[in-house]
Amino acid sequence: MNKNLPKWVDLGLIPLLTLLLAFAVSGLVVLSIGENPVEVVKVMLQGAFNPFGIGHTLYFTTNFIFTGLAVAVAFHARLFNIGGEGQAGLAGVGVALVMLSYDWPNWPVALLAGTLAAMAFGAAWAAIPAYLQAKRGSHIVITTIMFNLIAGALIGYLLVGPMQAEGSLPESAGFPEAAALPSLHVILGWFGIEFDRFAPANISLFLALVAAVLVWVLIWKTRLGYEIRAFGHSEKAAVYAGISPMKITMIVMLVSGALSGMMAVNTVQGEAERLVLGAVEGAGFIGIAVALMGRSHPVGVVLAAFLFGILTQGGAELQFTLGIPAQMITVIQALIIMFTGSLENLVRIPLEKLFIRAGKGAAS
Amino acid sequence: MSQMTENAGRLDAVAPAIELIGISKAFGPVQANKDISMTVAKGAIHGIVGENGAGKSTLMSILYGFYKADSGSVKINGVPTTINDSHDAIAAGIGMVHQHFMLVDNFTVLENVVLGAEEGATLGPSLRKARKELKRLADEYELDVDPDALIEDISVGFQQRVEILKALYRQAEILILDEPTGVLTPDEADHLFRILRNLKEQGKTIVIITHKLREIMDVTDSVSVMRRGEMTKTIATASTSPEDLAEAMVGRRVLLEVNKSPAQVGETVMQVKDLSVTDMHGVKRLKNVSFELKRGEILGIAGVAGNGQSELLEVISGIGAASAGEVLMHGEAIDISRHANAGLRRQRGIGHVPEDRHQRGLVMPFMTWENTAFGYHNEPEYSGRFGLANQKSMKQDAREKMERFDIRPPIPQLVASSFSGGNQQKIVLAREIERNPDLLLIGQPTRGVDIGAIEFIHQQIVNLRDSGKAILLVSVELDEIQALSDRILVMFDGVIQGERLPEDTNESELGLLMAGVDPEAKQ
Repeated sequence: MNKNLPKWVDLGLIPLLTLLLAFAVSGLVVLSIGENPVEVVKVMLQGAFNPFGIGHTLYFTTNFIFTGLAVAVAFHARLFNIGGEGQAGLAGVGVALVMLSYDWPNWPVALLAGTLAAMAFGAAWAAIPAYLQAKRGSHIVITTIMFNLIAGALIGYLLVGPMQAEGSLPESAGFPEAAALPSLHVILGWFGIEFDRFAPANISLFLALVAAVLVWVLIWKTRLGYEIRAFGHSEKAAVYAGISPMKITMIVMLVSGALSGMMAVNTVQGEAERLVLGAVEGAGFIGIAVALMGRSHPVGVVLAAFLFGILTQGGAELQFTLGIPAQMITVIQALIIMFTGSLENLVRIPLEKLFIRAGKGAAS
Repeated sequence: MSQMTENAGRLDAVAPAIELIGISKAFGPVQANKDISMTVAKGAIHGIVGENGAGKSTLMSILYGFYKADSGSVKINGVPTTINDSHDAIAAGIGMVHQHFMLVDNFTVLENVVLGAEEGATLGPSLRKARKELKRLADEYELDVDPDALIEDISVGFQQRVEILKALYRQAEILILDEPTGVLTPDEADHLFRILRNLKEQGKTIVIITHKLREIMDVTDSVSVMRRGEMTKTIATASTSPEDLAEAMVGRRVLLEVNKSPAQVGETVMQVKDLSVTDMHGVKRLKNVSFELKRGEILGIAGVAGNGQSELLEVISGIGAASAGEVLMHGEAIDISRHANAGLRRQRGIGHVPEDRHQRGLVMPFMTWENTAFGYHNEPEYSGRFGLANQKSMKQDAREKMERFDIRPPIPQLVASSFSGGNQQKIVLAREIERNPDLLLIGQPTRGVDIGAIEFIHQQIVNLRDSGKAILLVSVELDEIQALSDRILVMFDGVIQGERLPEDTNESELGLLMAGVDPEAKQ
C-alpha cells in the first residue's frame, strides 16, 4: 500500500489508532448525553460477550463478513458496490422460493440449495447495474443505490401479496422443519461445548469464514484475481494487457452480488426460517464500512465484521440496560465509518512523518 | 526608473540575479537536493541539466515557493528573500513556465493572462489593461498571440507563449522554464529560443531546465549539472561540450551515438493499408496511412506529439479501433475493429512497449514479478491448475529478466512505482523483448529515462533488429529517431508527411516535415 510505512503499521496500527480516535470522540458524545463512557463500554462489552450476547454478536458478524467481502471484492476492481442491501434482500426471496418449493429432507442439502439460490439471486440483482456500467457507462453507485430501493419495494410487494402466508403478518410461510440449519448451539454440542440454545448464530458463520478464504485465494492467487487487481489499478493498463473491462466488471459484480446474497443464508434460512420484512437490517451498508476498515483484505474484513458485530449487539444491550437510545449506537458506527473511511490521513500523515524521521535516525 | 531600481543597478555589478546558498531538501528518505549553491548572473541564460530525479525540478520548485527547503537560503538581486509560496516568488520578480502548462482551456488567452492578477471587483479594467500590455509584449519580444483565442484552439507552441506572457505580465524579471521544448517542433523551439534571447537583451534572467544537451549548447551562457541531488558542475557553456556534460550527469563516459551496423532487411512482416482512425468526437486522427515494415529494420515515426502516432500504435497493438483500412501481419489481416483484443495480438507475435508506461505498460502498485508477466499472464508457463497463477514461475522469470536487463535493485518483490524511470522502462522492455516478438511496437522508449539507461535501451532495440525482428519506433525525440531508424516516416496531422532515409536527410528537413511543410514542394 504505502512504501513509507511498514506493513504492520499500514494494516494494523493505522486502523487501530483511527478506531481509538473514533471511540474517543464517541466517548465525548456519550458524555454529552450525561452518561459515563466507561460504564457504557462496560455494558456494551458485557452485552456483546455474555453467554447470551455472543450468539447474537456472531450472528451479526456473519452478516457483516458476507457484505464486507462483497464490497471488498468490488473495491479491488475499483467498483463501488453499495447495492449489498438490495442484493441480500433479493437473495432472501431466492432462498425462500427454493425452501418453499420443495420438502427438503435434511439440512446439508437444504444448505447447499439455499446457498446456491442466495448466490444466484444476489448475483442476478447485481448483474443489471453491472451490465449498465460495463456497457453503457451508467455509474454503478447510482444504479446499485436505486436497485436497493427497487428491491425493497419488490420484497414489500411480495410479502403482502404472492408470498404472504395465511394470517396477517407480512411474511412468508415457514420453511420445512427438516431444512433448519444447525445453530451454533447444535454444532458446538457435537464437540461437547455448551452454547446458548436460543442464539441465532448458525452454521452460516463457517460458510462466511470459508467465503473469506476463497476470496483471498481469488484475489491473490488466481489469474482472474490478478486481472481484477490490474483493472482496479489502471483500466488503461488492463486494456493494454488484453483484459476486457466489460468482462471484469461483470464477473466482479456477480461475485460481489453473490457474496452479499449469501447473507440471506444466515438471516432468512438460518435464523428466521421464513422471509420477513427488513431481513437485511442495514447490513449491506455496514459492509461498506467493514470493507473500508478491513482494507479490502479478507482477514481485515473478518476482524472488522466482528467489531461491528460487537457494536451492534452491545448497542442493543445499551438500549436495554441503560435506556440509551438505539440511535446512539448508530452515531458510534457512523463515527467509526467516518474515521476509518475518510479521516484516515489524520493518523496516516503524522505516522509517516514519524517513521521517516525514525528511519533517518536509524540510517545515520 | 525608480529610486529602487537605480540602487539595484548600482549593486548589479556584484549582485547576481539568483543566489542559492546551501539548499537542502529531503522527501522522506530521498535527499532530493543536497547542499546546493548556485548563482545566476543578471541577464544571463542559465541551463540546468541532469537526469530524471537529479533534483532539478525540486530546486526550481523551491525557488518558486512550491516546496520549502529544509535548509539554505535564497538571495534575489543580492537581497535575502524568503519565498514561501508562488505569491512571494511573483513579488520577487520570478516567473515560472511549467512543463505541463497551467492554463484554463476554455478561457481566452487574455483571461488566462489576467487570471489571478485581477484588480478590482469587475474584470473589465484588468482585461483592458492586459490587452494593452500584451500588445506591447508581443511587439517587443516576438510573443504574438491572439488575445481572444481560446486556449483549447491554439497550438502547444502558442500555449507556451501564453505561459511566458503570464509571467511577464506579472513583471517577472527572472523566468524559469521547465523542459520547455518537450512538446515543440524544432521550428517552434527555435522561435522560443529567439524569444528567450530577446528577453535576455532586455535584461531578463532566464533559467531553463532541460535534458537536451544540444539546447544547452545552443542557447545558454552558463550551465549547471545536477546528479543525484548534488550540483556537480557549473561552467560557462562556451568551455564545455555535450560529451563532458553527459559525463557529469551520469558519472561516467556515455555513448551519445548508437552503434549499429547496416540493416539486413528481410521479407515483409507487416503491411498497413489506408488506415484511418476517427476519435469519439468525430475528429480524424489518422488519415489513410499506408506503409510496410520488413524483418530486420527499424522504422522510425517522427512527429510532434498528438499527430496520430499514438493512434497508430493503439490500432496495431489492439488497444484502439480503426475506422477504415487494414493491417496485415505476415499477409494475414488482423482485427482492427473495436472488438480487437490486445491479448490476441501477443499471440500473433506483436509485442508492445507503450508510450505511457505509468498508465499502460506497468501496473504501478504491482510487484515486479507481477509486472514482468503482465499481458502474458495466461500463458502456460505462468498458469497453474484451476485458474491459479503459477507464482513460483512468475517470480523465477522476473529474477531472470531483472538480471539480464540489469534492472536495479534486482528485487522481484518491489512494486513498480519504487523504481526509477529507466528501470521501469527496462521492466517493460524485458517483458516484451524476451517474448521474442516478430514485430515490436515501441512508443517513446526513453521518455523520462536517464541517459545511462538510454544507451542500454537503444542497444537492446538494435540487437532485436539484428536478430531479424521488425521494429516500429515512435518517438518525439528527433535525435532518437535519427540515431535508431533505418527508415523514417514523418507524421503530421494524421498523415504521413514524408519518408526519408536517415543518411539522406537532416534535422531541419525533418523539422519542416514535422511542421506540415513539404520542403520538396517548395523548391
